[in-house]
Amino acid sequence: MDAVLLSRVQFAFTSMFHYIYPPLSIGLGLMLVIMEGMYIKTKKPLYKEMTKFWAGVFSLTFALGVATGLVQVFGFGTNWATYSRYVGDVFGSALGAEGVFAFFLESGFLGLMLFGWNRVSARMHYFSTCMVALGAHFSAVWIVAANSWMQTPAGFKIMGEGAEARAVVTDFWQMVFNPSFLDRITHVVLGCWLAGIFLVLSISAYYYLKRRHTSFATESMKIGLIMSVIVLILQLCSADFTARGVAFNQPAKLAAMEGLYDTEGHAPLSLFGWVDTENQTVHGVKIPSLLSVLIYRNAETPVVGLKDIPIDERPPVQVVYQAYHLMIWMWGLMAIVTLCAIILWKKKRLLKAKWTLRVLTLSVMFPMIANQVGWVTAEVGRQPWLVYKLLRTVSGVSKSLVAGEVAWSLTMLFLIYMLLLVLFLYLLDRKIKHGPTSEKDKLSETAEVYRNPSI
Amino acid sequence: MSAFTFDFLWYIVVITALIFYAVLDGFDLGVGCLHLFARNDNERRIFLNAIGPVWDGNEVWLVIVGGALFAGFPEAFATIFSSFYVFSMLLLFGLIFRAVSIEFRSKHGSKRWRKNWDIAFCCASVLIAFGTGLVLGNLIEGIPLDAHKDFIGNFLGFIRPYPILFGITTVTLFSMHGSIYLVMKTEGSLHQHLKQWVSKCIKTFIVCYFLLTLATFYFAPYMTARMREHPSLFLIPLAAVLIIFNIPRQMKKENNGWAFISSCLSILGLLSLFSIGTFPTLVRSSINPENYSLVISNSASSQMTLKILLTIVLIGIPLVLAYGTYVYRVFRGKVKLDDHSY
Repeated sequence: MDAVLLSRVQFAFTSMFHYIYPPLSIGLGLMLVIMEGMYIKTKKPLYKEMTKFWAGVFSLTFALGVATGLVQVFGFGTNWATYSRYVGDVFGSALGAEGVFAFFLESGFLGLMLFGWNRVSARMHYFSTCMVALGAHFSAVWIVAANSWMQTPAGFKIMGEGAEARAVVTDFWQMVFNPSFLDRITHVVLGCWLAGIFLVLSISAYYYLKRRHTSFATESMKIGLIMSVIVLILQLCSADFTARGVAFNQPAKLAAMEGLYDTEGHAPLSLFGWVDTENQTVHGVKIPSLLSVLIYRNAETPVVGLKDIPIDERPPVQVVYQAYHLMIWMWGLMAIVTLCAIILWKKKRLLKAKWTLRVLTLSVMFPMIANQVGWVTAEVGRQPWLVYKLLRTVSGVSKSLVAGEVAWSLTMLFLIYMLLLVLFLYLLDRKIKHGPTSEKDKLSETAEVYRNPSI
Repeated sequence: MSAFTFDFLWYIVVITALIFYAVLDGFDLGVGCLHLFARNDNERRIFLNAIGPVWDGNEVWLVIVGGALFAGFPEAFATIFSSFYVFSMLLLFGLIFRAVSIEFRSKHGSKRWRKNWDIAFCCASVLIAFGTGLVLGNLIEGIPLDAHKDFIGNFLGFIRPYPILFGITTVTLFSMHGSIYLVMKTEGSLHQHLKQWVSKCIKTFIVCYFLLTLATFYFAPYMTARMREHPSLFLIPLAAVLIIFNIPRQMKKENNGWAFISSCLSILGLLSLFSIGTFPTLVRSSINPENYSLVISNSASSQMTLKILLTIVLIGIPLVLAYGTYVYRVFRGKVKLDDHSY
């Protein structure tokens, strides 16, 4: 393998691993704001208990998010030096804004949120929690702005030629609010919220199954289910906007997502299938005309197929097609399990519904998978471009790279990340099994894991 | 304003961020370097909780240094991180292990679990401090950059006497800084015990600093050129030396706060010397320092971007400093372990 391929594998691997944690932090951030808000309003100790428990989970995901996020920032410079030079002017200002506005906010107030319970007033503590959540969201805003610029570049001009070519900002706000930004940030943030919501649902369902902490679980479940319904509906609308945006801005990506080869009216929407790249067709179940209707609100309008896109500008179809469809099916699973849970809740039978609770316990994986494959769709669908229509991925790599060094770093990162994952799951499991600490019972509060390690 | 002014202002921002990083993360890295010398689990927990609420905010300054380089001097960012590939990765592994060992250590009571994370935390802290020094030392001495500003050496070329000495000095500097911080945050017998550490750390640092100064005259004599042109600049090294010697004096008088401030100021002085010596060079080429080096004018972003960046900094940094100060105020005073502690 050469340095380019290894660098691509390394970036894909580190990004995907990193992206396990930020959605959980962003989603849990929202849940913490809601839960502590309820505590401030009702003064019920149960809500304080919930906030503390989920804040503990938050701090675990945050630590891993920071640790793996550093690799992302440095990764641009180490493996993608040519790309960094090319986009430094554009990317830099977004990344700078992220650092100054998001990271400081998040990490500055995190200390107060975790350790400040006895040091600041309840209102100030709530303010800190809000700032931590806001910081997590800001961070997404700037990263998605920078990434969207790579999908739909705007507000810039190219200076210099060949190896000396650089993208230079001409209009900051046009650069940030590039054509795909608003669609994509909404889609990403809603995806993150789902990750947080389903983590809460999943752990609450686990407590239901084990008949432990049921009052805690009931309250968490209630908030989780209500939020789940709202966010799933919002996500459906956002998906519609986003897909239509892709059709206008990056027709090659949309064609790959649907496995559409021929440009034709009454374009079908593919439900599932297998792309036959040799015969340039998809074997599977399709609904006629629906793609044209969804995108143009008119069955007659043709949708651009891959045959109208030069061969050297087509993304890998199979990967994009499968990733995209997997994402949609994950939405379907989340909708079904939420619906079942709500019906059983209304009939007051949820506590006894073993199978629904089992699926609900596993449901934390659904948004997780959807977020991962959603990004695979976005990033692989942009190939062979690194910056759409401007810079090819092969041209972005560092010139001084040695394949052996990249192979070494990739191996090390893989081993370290696997260790981190095992430890993360182990600690999360421990935290869940230990459960929340009752606020009413002061004796048990002092018996937290920190104090008395034997528990 | 002329082009030079924006580049220059952004250079000041980068150096300021570097100083903030060294002063703030310096003490928590120092606490990490000394972590294994603590006598028991309780003392280690006090160490961790002394830096607990602030360390990740401090580490963000490193992201800011990286981000500021990426944004304002993309050429330098790309060259530094791709040239120092192996060290960047080692530094990252250090940062990863440090972040997770603080978080993970307290989650389990078993002796072996804690011991392993203690070792990881200490080694990672030493690695980061040493690595940062090694990179700065290499930037001073110069790395092989050709006419296209491309790196043409390999990573073994970075392991030279001067950068190694620079790395060791950084470890001793941070250890001194961290030990003074711990003295401020502790009480009782630990407090008394730590005071002995401080004086040992100070002595070691002064010896290293002296050797490093001699080495700089020998390996990078150009570093003093600007001072010889503007003799008034000699006041800075003089002030730095006075401040360093003020640290043991304040410690003796039990003014721990002033000792810590002096320690902060000495880091400020040392990094000022670094930037006075190297300015306007960001990455020095050892092949042809005159023509192949990356200086601020040939590696800066466009004027437009620099203006945007300066606006972001002008809006953002006062806020950052305001709530940063607030957080430090909330957690001021001696460490008391409670049920929220690590």
